[in-house]
Order: sequence, then structure tokens, then C-alpha cells
Amino acid sequence: MPLKAVILIGGPQKGTRFRPLSFEVPKPLFPVAGVPMVQHHIEACAKVPGMKEILLMGFYQPHEALSRFLVSAQQEFKIPIRYLQEYAALGTGGGIYHFRDQILSGGAEAFFVLNADVCSEFPLQEMLEFRQQHGDAHSFVILGTTANRTQALNYGCIVANADTQEVQHYVEKPSTFVSEIINCGIYLFTPDIFQHIGEVFQRNQQELVLEESSNGWQRAEVIRLEQDVFTALAGSGKLYVYKTDGFWSQIKSAGSAIYASRLYLNQYSKSHPERLAQNKPGGPVIRGNVYIHPTASIDSTAVLGPNVSIGEGVTVGAGVRVRESIVLHGASLHDHTCVLNTIVGWDSTIGRWARVEGTPSDPNPNDPYAKIDSETLFRDGRLTPSITILGCSVTIPAEVVILNSIVLPHKELSRSYKNQIIL
Amino acid sequence: MRALILVGGFGTRLRPLTLSRPKPLVEFCNKALLLHQLEALRQAGVSHVVLAVSYMSEALGAAMREQEQRLGIRISLSHEKEPLGTGRVRAAGSGRGRGRAQAGRRRPGDTGVGTGAAGPLALARDLLAEGGEPFFVLNSDVICEFPFAALARFHRQHGGEGSLVVTRVEEPAKYGVVVSEADTGRICRFVEKPRVFVSNKINAGLYIFSPGILQRIQLRPTSIEKEIFPAMAQEGQLYAMELQGFWMDIGQPKDFLTGMCMYLQALRAQHPEKLHSGPGVVGNVLVLCPPVPTLAKWRGLYRELWLPSRPWCSPSSFQDPSAKIGANCVIGPNVTIGAGVVVEDGVRIKRCTVLKGARIRSHSWLESCIVGWSCSVGQWVRMENVTVLGEDVIVNDELYLNGANVLPHKSIAESVPEPRIIM
Repeated sequence: MPLKAVILIGGPQKGTRFRPLSFEVPKPLFPVAGVPMVQHHIEACAKVPGMKEILLMGFYQPHEALSRFLVSAQQEFKIPIRYLQEYAALGTGGGIYHFRDQILSGGAEAFFVLNADVCSEFPLQEMLEFRQQHGDAHSFVILGTTANRTQALNYGCIVANADTQEVQHYVEKPSTFVSEIINCGIYLFTPDIFQHIGEVFQRNQQELVLEESSNGWQRAEVIRLEQDVFTALAGSGKLYVYKTDGFWSQIKSAGSAIYASRLYLNQYSKSHPERLAQNKPGGPVIRGNVYIHPTASIDSTAVLGPNVSIGEGVTVGAGVRVRESIVLHGASLHDHTCVLNTIVGWDSTIGRWARVEGTPSDPNPNDPYAKIDSETLFRDGRLTPSITILGCSVTIPAEVVILNSIVLPHKELSRSYKNQIIL
Repeated sequence: MRALILVGGFGTRLRPLTLSRPKPLVEFCNKALLLHQLEALRQAGVSHVVLAVSYMSEALGAAMREQEQRLGIRISLSHEKEPLGTGRVRAAGSGRGRGRAQAGRRRPGDTGVGTGAAGPLALARDLLAEGGEPFFVLNSDVICEFPFAALARFHRQHGGEGSLVVTRVEEPAKYGVVVSEADTGRICRFVEKPRVFVSNKINAGLYIFSPGILQRIQLRPTSIEKEIFPAMAQEGQLYAMELQGFWMDIGQPKDFLTGMCMYLQALRAQHPEKLHSGPGVVGNVLVLCPPVPTLAKWRGLYRELWLPSRPWCSPSSFQDPSAKIGANCVIGPNVTIGAGVVVEDGVRIKRCTVLKGARIRSHSWLESCIVGWSCSVGQWVRMENVTVLGEDVIVNDELYLNGANVLPHKSIAESVPEPRIIM
């Protein structure tokens, strides 16, 4: 069966919670567990038998980093990968509707839609099989997972028939409890979906005509799959939910990138053991899952892990300790530094004996259904303790401590900082 | 000659160190606090020292017997039955509601320094009056280059009844100051916390008295600073001698560290050979004992021949007195490292006292700390801001302690980001 996949990568106006890291690179290209965030999606899609083409869709201007990534990904996965640029932010449904001919070209019988800002096991094959079992070749499938009762309110909530898994009710971010089953932002559609999106489009157009006075920026083409389409499809016998127990998380904030890295690094032990660093004579001490780019230079007395990703060309000096952190390419950690729960930006430098530490924002480990909180930067007027982020080309002097802080790019610090945003 | 050292009570201000041993036995710059004074007194020709204590401790008794032997002087303990009954507290407490807690919080040089010696003076009257010679009285918290011989000379020259040592301070308004005649040193008056400048000299807590003073002290509780001194000054019987060099009341951890810096600086001027030098040593660093020729035989010889003339090595540390310092450390300035201490590789220490038997594990960073006896500080630990570890405290790897005050025998498993007492 000819299949396609669409990965929704958004645009520069999105992903602001990912600042200051999204200043340097589009968020979908931010490395998680050593590879760009969307590469995990692409890899999962490329593995599905019958996959003909992968389309990245968003409203980023043509971008050198993005083009380079597409070229290398095509080579690596031996599959056509294209970027489709929306002329404006059209919403999760509007974009695919706009490019429906591109998606269906080549006779695709079904296609996946994946949001780029999630990390998941991507059980795409299972979603296909699930649809097969339900016998209706034209039904749509949402990937769902279980959340706890309070956190479910932050997501799209799905009520499904317990036997058939047919979606009976869908509501996006309700204010009261509706269901523990939440939308993972990964869908399997048939071309029929465009009829339903088309109906919304028609209705939007009519409404716009009726509301002459409406402000000009409203467009009929802006369509949200979740609120506009799923809500209407619920109870019609066309929409099903496939529930996964596999790992899943949103990647909204920079803090969740460290958590997502951990999930992917865990998966590597099965999927890509070659990406995990091993303890070797003459090499650094590795604790747990660690990714080290082959070009990085790590002193043998350094201790790394668990959950550490070391990027291209990074230098790690003698007696350095890194735990629960992402070190981006070109960064340099001088001797005896201690880096905990931190994202070290590209080409940043940390002086010797400095301590750079953040507070992990992990989900409650005692609740199997807990998700990472979409934390706000400030609570009660105070900066919420979170992971420490050093923007690109930040210089941390020797012997200071940087605690729970966000340092914007190109800053040269001269002293210790705690619980601050350093502009 | 004789001397009375006002030791006083439980040394609560120096807790948690004084929970493990009496304050006089806490090592200051690798020598028990009291020994600094005992040795200086002996050098000035004192043959009998009376320690005024308000609580008895076996350890203190044993240590004093040991020192009697070593120094060839007599040491008596004068035990006040009432705790903290050093005259001043009782006298003040009766009328003005100042109690034990107040005394415990005494700031350095509050009224100058003095525990209000009248009570212990009266108690030790017979011991001190014997022989009819002038006798010294001193506060046990004070560290300086004790000018006892000069003080005795000064006292004989002016022929008055008492002499006290004064030291200059930068901000006299915080203290009680001494106003004296510039040429003779005769004290005119005492001014408590002067609002306008009258003098920058405060009582340093070191006195010499002719036995006649004992007539002034009645058996009732009396404050020597508040009652006896003003009367003596009025009669023209009290003289002030200005102290040369540094002075510090080291009764609490912050001042203990400041005093250590001053002491090491003085040592640099007078006995630079006692200070440590070598790769990775910055500024004034005192290590017990400085490395001696590697052969054990030489080391034995060194101990026998040299140690008696180097009394800062206390006899109880004879097992293996030398501290060990690993490779790639940077130690100093202003660090004191006690007997048997192990500092592993890649450690940075500045402005700290590390007491006997402690271990600082690799890549840690310490500034302005007192590490208690037999403590273990883990790898990549950062401790700063007057963190004080009581005896046998274990700090787990990778923690950050900021101004932590840790009671003895605790194991610390979590960072202390803000100053706090760990019970």
C-alpha cells in the first residue's frame, strides 16, 4: 500500500518556549539524543513498508540548515524528503489541506501526520495494523496515550468506546476532566480526511462572508485539525484511537528536550546500540546512556551520564562531570567542571571548576502516567527553578556557580548567578 | 608569672565544631586554640595558667595534663558551677534582661572583647594573688600575635594597677571604644558604641593586673568591663597598650576563617618556612605536616628531632601526620589542611580550614568552609559561603552546599542551595 508521511514543523513564531535555543536553529532541528528532533520522526516513517515520501511542512523561510538536513536525511534513509512551505501559518489542518495534491500525488492510499514537537516510539506500523483489525479501510486513527487526571486537561482529550476504540468525544484542552486518554499528535489518515477538512473550509468561508466586519487577517484556510475536525468527527464512526503504552512526551520547553533525550537514549539500547557510548580502556567513564558525537574530544578522566548527549566537536577536559545534560556542538568544558541538568549552547565555554546546574523538570517518577509539565517561566513572580540553559557562545568564567538560570546568547559572564535570566 | 584564661562555656557560637570537642581544643591553623595562648604565655615566662571554665570536660582535662608535660608549666582548671557565670552575664542579666542567649550571640569585640572576668577572677583569687606578682588575664577566643612580654614591660613601666591591650578597628561605632592619653596610654574613659568619633581603639581582651585589683572584686557577681574598669580609669590606674599586627575574635565560623587568613599572613611574614609551597599552591597555605623526605626513616627522624620544636604538630596526630594532596589541585590562598587529610586529584580549595582526617574527593571546589574532623566531601561537590561541616559528616557526590551548617555525623544527600542548618 503506497503511504506518505507529513511532519508538521511549524515556524519561527512557534516554539518560543524553546528560546533562547530556537534563536540559533529551527526547533525541529534541535538535537535530541544526538540527532535533530525530526530525524526521529523521519526514521520511524522510513521504516514503514510502502512509505513513498516524507513531507516536512511548515512556515519557515527556506533555510540553509533545513536544506542541508533534508539532503543528508534523504541520503541516510533512501527516501524522498521534501519541505513544503506554507505561505502563512495555516494550522495543523490548513497546511495539509493546502498541499493535499502534493500529499496524494503518486497514489497514496493513506498518510501519517506527525507533529514535530513530540517524542515517541512512533508505533506507526501498529497504527496501520490496528486500522486493519477494525475493518474499515477509510477510518482515521489518532495515537492516544494515558495521562493522569490533572495533566490530561493540558492536552486534547479523547473519549472512546471501550470495545471498538471508536472516538465518541473529542475536546481540546478542556477545563474540567473529560478523559485520561490524550491525543499524541500523531495521526493516520486516508484521503477522505480532505473532505472533512474541506467542509470546515467551506463553512469558514461562508462565515467570513457573513461577518463582513471581521478583521482582515482571519483566513478561511486556517484550520485546526483538533478543534475543527476531530471534534466534528467524534461519534461519526470514522475516527478511532490507538492507545500506546510506549514512551511519549511533548517537547515544548528546553527542559523537556533533556527528558526527551533520555527517552530516546533508552530506546537506543534496542534500536541503535551503536549510538550509545561504552566504557573503554582509555576512554571516559560512562554511566548509563550517553551519546557522544564521534568528533568530540573527551578526556579519559571525565565522567559522563546518565542521559548525556555530547555534540559535534565538543571538548571535555580532565575531571569533568556531566549528568542529565545536552552539550551542543563546539562547546568546551574545561577541567573539573560540573554540568548537571543543563543545555550548554553551541560554542559556549565553561571555565574550570565552574558548576553549571539546573533543576530537572521531570514528570513525577511515582506516577506512571505523569507527563512533563508545560511549565511557565515564572510562578508567583519568581523564576521557576528549571534546567539551566546557556545560549550560543556564552562564556562562563572559572570557579563560579550558575544555578537555575537562562543565559541568552553571546554573553560573557563574570560572576556567579542563581535563578536569573541573563539578557 | 601566672595567667588566667577565660574559657567560659559551651562555645555555642562555634557550633557545630564545638559539639564534638571543647572550643579550646578546636584546631585553629592546625593547633588547638588554647595552645596558641598557652605557648605565648609560656614564652613570656608564665609558669602557672588557670583556665576558668564553666563546664568540665574530660577531654579538656586530659589535654591540659598533656600540655603541662609538654610545656613544663602548671595548668589548673577553675570550674565555675554556674554555667556562663563569668560575672558579666550574671551582672547584666539581673538588671537588664540580658541572658545566656545574648552572651551566645556576642559579636566580635562587642565591648571590646571580654567575658567579664570578675567572676572567675574572684574564684581564682587565691591562685592569682599568690606570689604578689602581676598576672595576665585573657579571653580564649582572641587570636593575635600575643604581646605578653611587652605587656608586662608596659605594665611595670607605668606602675598602675592594670593594663589592657587595645586594637584599632575601622568602624568604632560598632564597638565600645577606649579613650586614652596618647603619650602615656592612661585610659580616660570607655565609650559604648560612640556616635561621633572619639577613638578607634577597642579592648582586645588581653589584660595584666597587679594583685591589688583583687581587692576591688567582691564576692558578688561583677562585670569587670562595666564596673571595675571604669572605676580604675577614674582613679588613673588603668593603661592601654596598642597591639601591633592583626587581631580577631574567632568565636564564630565566619570570623574563624577571617582570623585564619590574618594568622597565615602573619606567618608568611615571620615564619615563611612553615607555609607550604609547591605546584598548585597559591598564596598562604598551611599543611600539616609539610612533606618531608620520602623515606619512612627520615620521616621518623624528622618527627623525633623536629617536632618538639614545631609544637603546632599535636602529639595525638603522630600516626601519619602528613596530609596528602593529589595531582592537579589548586590550593590557596588562605588554606589550612590538618593532619592525615587526603585531598584527591583536581581539587580547588581556597580560604578554608580542613580539619584532621578529612577527605576531599576529586574535582571538588571549596571556598570559605570549615571541614570538620574525619569528614568526607564527595566528588564534584561545591561548598562555599561559610559552610561548616561538623565531625564525621559525609557529603555525597556532586552536591552544592551554600552556607550549610551541618551537625556532626550527618550524611548529606541533597544540595543546600541557601544557607541553612542541617540537624
